[in-house]
Amino acid sequence: MRLLHVFGFGLKVGHLLWMLCCWVASMVSMNWFINGEFKAAKASLLGASGNKMWFKFWDKISSHSFKIHHEYYQYVGSKRFSKAWWRKLLPSWLIGWVLASVVIFCCMSSQAAEKRKETLASMCDERARMLQDQFNVSMNHIQAISILISTFHHGKNPSAIDQSTFARYAERTAFERPLTSGVAYAVRVLHSEREQFEKQRGWSIKRMDTLEQNPVHKDDYNPDLLESSPVQEEYAPVIFAQDIVSHVVSIDMLSGKEDSKNVLRARKSGKGVLTSPFRLLKTNRLGVILTFAVYKRDLPSNATPNERIKATNGYLGGVFDIESLVEKLLQQLASKQTILVNVLDTTNRSYPISMYGSNASDDGLEHVSHLNFGDPFRKHEMRCRFKQKPPWPWLAITTSIGILVIASLVGHIFHATVNRIAKVEDDCNKMMELKRQAEAADVAKSQFLATVSHEIRTPMNGVLGMLHMLMDTDLDVTQLDYVRTAQASGKALVALINEVLDQAKIESGKLELEEVQFDLRAVLDDVLSLFSGKSQDKGVELAVYISDQVPEMLIGDPGRFRQIIINLMGNSIKFTQKGHILVTVHLVEEVDSIEVETESSSKNTLSGFPVADRRQSWKGFRTFSQEGSMHPFSDSINLIVSVEDTGEGIPLEAQSRVFTPFMQVGPSISRTHGGTGIGLSISKCLVNLMKGEIGFVSIPKIGSTFTFTAVFTSSFSSSKKYKSQKINNQSNFVSTEFHGMRALVMDPRPVRAKVAKYHIQRLGIHVEIVSKWKQGLSIISKGGSAKNMVLIEQEVWDKDLRGSAHFLDNLDKINRGTPKLFLLSNSIRSSGANNTSGVRNLTIIPKPLRASMLAASLQRAMGVENKGNAYNGELPRASLQNLLIGRKILIVDDNNVNLKVAAGALKKYGADVVTAARGIEAIELLTPPHQFDACFMDIQMPEMDGFEATRRIREIEQDINNRIHFGELSVEAYNNVSNCHVAILAMTADVIQATQEECIRCGMDGYVSKPFEAEQLYREVSRFFQ
Amino acid sequence: MDLVQLQRQLVDYRTSLYHEGFLDEQFTQLQELQDENNPDFVVEVVSLFFQDSERLLNELSKALEQQIIDFKRMDAHVHQLKGSSSSIGAQRVQKLCIVFRNYCEARNVEGCLKCLQQVKHEYALVKTKLESMFQLEQQISNAGGSIPV
Repeated sequence: MRLLHVFGFGLKVGHLLWMLCCWVASMVSMNWFINGEFKAAKASLLGASGNKMWFKFWDKISSHSFKIHHEYYQYVGSKRFSKAWWRKLLPSWLIGWVLASVVIFCCMSSQAAEKRKETLASMCDERARMLQDQFNVSMNHIQAISILISTFHHGKNPSAIDQSTFARYAERTAFERPLTSGVAYAVRVLHSEREQFEKQRGWSIKRMDTLEQNPVHKDDYNPDLLESSPVQEEYAPVIFAQDIVSHVVSIDMLSGKEDSKNVLRARKSGKGVLTSPFRLLKTNRLGVILTFAVYKRDLPSNATPNERIKATNGYLGGVFDIESLVEKLLQQLASKQTILVNVLDTTNRSYPISMYGSNASDDGLEHVSHLNFGDPFRKHEMRCRFKQKPPWPWLAITTSIGILVIASLVGHIFHATVNRIAKVEDDCNKMMELKRQAEAADVAKSQFLATVSHEIRTPMNGVLGMLHMLMDTDLDVTQLDYVRTAQASGKALVALINEVLDQAKIESGKLELEEVQFDLRAVLDDVLSLFSGKSQDKGVELAVYISDQVPEMLIGDPGRFRQIIINLMGNSIKFTQKGHILVTVHLVEEVDSIEVETESSSKNTLSGFPVADRRQSWKGFRTFSQEGSMHPFSDSINLIVSVEDTGEGIPLEAQSRVFTPFMQVGPSISRTHGGTGIGLSISKCLVNLMKGEIGFVSIPKIGSTFTFTAVFTSSFSSSKKYKSQKINNQSNFVSTEFHGMRALVMDPRPVRAKVAKYHIQRLGIHVEIVSKWKQGLSIISKGGSAKNMVLIEQEVWDKDLRGSAHFLDNLDKINRGTPKLFLLSNSIRSSGANNTSGVRNLTIIPKPLRASMLAASLQRAMGVENKGNAYNGELPRASLQNLLIGRKILIVDDNNVNLKVAAGALKKYGADVVTAARGIEAIELLTPPHQFDACFMDIQMPEMDGFEATRRIREIEQDINNRIHFGELSVEAYNNVSNCHVAILAMTADVIQATQEECIRCGMDGYVSKPFEAEQLYREVSRFFQ
Repeated sequence: MDLVQLQRQLVDYRTSLYHEGFLDEQFTQLQELQDENNPDFVVEVVSLFFQDSERLLNELSKALEQQIIDFKRMDAHVHQLKGSSSSIGAQRVQKLCIVFRNYCEARNVEGCLKCLQQVKHEYALVKTKLESMFQLEQQISNAGGSIPV
């Protein structure tokens, strides 16, 4: 799951960067919107909806990315990431963004170029307009001068103006015509008037042609050198001129080609007319001449050209110095340095005449503005260029590079994330592998432990066996002690190994509880018998009490339950030297009643010794703290089991670590008592497996009480078929024998009496309890029904011998079917010295009480009818009797004792037994015709062993069968047996498979183990006798 | 001696025999075979065992005294002894016989001699024990009491 986190983190970072990227992109585009340039470029496409569309697109992207973000969890959760996919995605991502940044760069740089063009256009237009305006102002003024001349020169006679007046006036008003370098007036003189005019002026009219052809410098310009004008229809000699251009006075304007064209056009149109640019006389700068016609009278605006020609009086011309004019203008605008301006006369399209500016045009970017100087015939235009080359589009460059960097960063992050994921996946796989290895190692360890333990156990059995045999040899006291110690150690080792195996199993969780049906009481009887020897040796009273409420049959694991009980009882036995050990089993529901009982009998215990209060031992149990939820299922049975002893108890400081494995109270404990200290820990585990709890209370010098709970299933309510564990159900069958009998138990101690009552009741006997002799007598004599038996606690008997004698005497007097007397004795040996003189009919029942033992004792003493039925394996025994009764059986064994025993056993079942000591005898006896139904033959015999004998018998039988078959012998001679085959069973002590096979091979019908086991005997015999 | 005490003594004694490993459950089975029809079955079988064993032990002693020891024969004898001792449940004798047979198979004279001594010892022990037990039983039945199981 780490992987998921890492990937999630990576994705989040990626998402963040993506957002950033998009934000940058949107900012850039927003700038476009705001500047309006974008709109200008694509106004028709996007219009007002451009913004909206962009936002919609953005929403889509972000929602999509969220979707990816969301889906990824599901995706990753289910599948592994394809690395190849990412590897392919990364270059395409990078290429995509490189393209995108190139596009952005192009867009932005074109924007910039556009803007530059716009700037140029606006600047150019502005300059053109200003030039035009100034030109127009100058032109208007020249027109004003023309009006002045028509008014004061032509309107007055004689003229009010002469050359000097005009020159002075023009000079003084020159500031109003900043563009003109000079003005001159030429008057119209017809040829007829020439002479008079020349006379009047004192100079002749001169022609201009040469002047034009040979441009002369100002210094050596001399009008006198000019030749006079040739004869023409009319003339236009200059009469007035500004001082600057005074040299043109007397020159005929019509004689100049250019000027005459101008003059003629001017008088025809009535408007200002411009010449093409030409180098000015003297200044040698480029200029144009503006010519106005001066008419005699006011003409209507729609006058025809002829009328105009006729009305013409003279012509006013102004020289415009375009070059200086434009320069002045640019200086005024103070931006001369940023743009280059060219002014051209483009009247003739193919040969534009430059009026201003250099021709160094290398830049492609140029703007052309048209100039209107008021002369429709002439066309002028202004061409503007930037002086500097266009600057680098830094904004576009940085933006696109920035986007590229961000994209590659995002790519890198993705790449790193993918790599990281791959690495983490690899690590995870590695970890999984390691985990698998570790688990395998753990399994191997467990297996090793199991194997080794098993391997140790096998030779240990040999060691123990040999030690046992060594003990039987002739040893002196020291040697015997050594051997005993060795054996004890060996046993301890085996026990330890078993426990370690258990612990290992529990730790590895391999221990599973069985679910079989079992009889709790039988299990406890079993355990009791296990400890009865030890308890008798120690003189400790052992007792089991199971509440009536506990059902007969339970479903659970009897083996493990037994193990817990054995662990607890084993501990108790180990540490108890006197007093008692009491095991009680109740239902958890009964706890309240137990508590009451315990309270009332705190001193009244089984053996009279004080015990630790067992209520304390289950104080911490959860089961009781949450009473309500105790029984969620009706068919579960909660048992509470207490093992109470009067031992030395557990020291307070050691009580906390009682359930820790391999922890013992002190190092001396294992020396004095043996054991490994693992038992209680295993018990705790087992109890936990049984969904129970275990607890204890212990008071040093007084005793300990261990209590545990366990949950079993009731066998009644469960419809499931559980295989019933094979246990000896002694109590079940004996219960019928004594059913309905009545017994009297005489015991002053209620707890002990209760235990006795419990066991006797299990046999179906009705029990009454009395504590005193008198009471007992009165019950026997007066009670409604006769008592079949009286069971007297040994303590009562020993304490009051006189009382007992009295009791016996009185008992004889009551003639109501004298009850049998039984003494419940704690230990046979300890009571050896007690006086029980003169008592007939007194049977001792040794404790601990358990149903089978009790039943056996009662049977013997009461002479209960069904003899021989009281033992285990009753069924085969009875059936055997049925099968074998009256059968003639031959037993062959070289060993007299064996022979005798086997014969005795078979006779007991009613068989007619013949014995033979040797194989040869057997052959003789079994040669047909004979009366034997079966033969049990020992295998190992001297002279002729069982196999050989059998083989020979079979040969003889075969021979006879053949002869009967072929009619050589009559069937009647062989008891009408057409095919004689006597059943021969091997008797053998070893039951190895090889021996069995050997038996079958040489013609035997089966085998029985020696000494006989009823069940096996029945199984084999029943195959032949029906 | 009163009867109850005798009975107790018998039970104690018998228990001790089982405890000390002189007898095993085979002897119990033997006792079970005894009934009204065959009241002295156990005594009979056991005395048969005594006779048989004594004969075998003598044979074995003799065989071991020979110059050339017939181990095969000895093995057969020991096998017999083993069989009979297991039949009456004299398990200590029986177990020794197993060891004895191993020595016979290995033709180990010294081992055989040692084993024979041990077997003799064990046999004597079990014989005395059984005899004293029978005596006790005799006393009880003479006193008119039943023999406890």
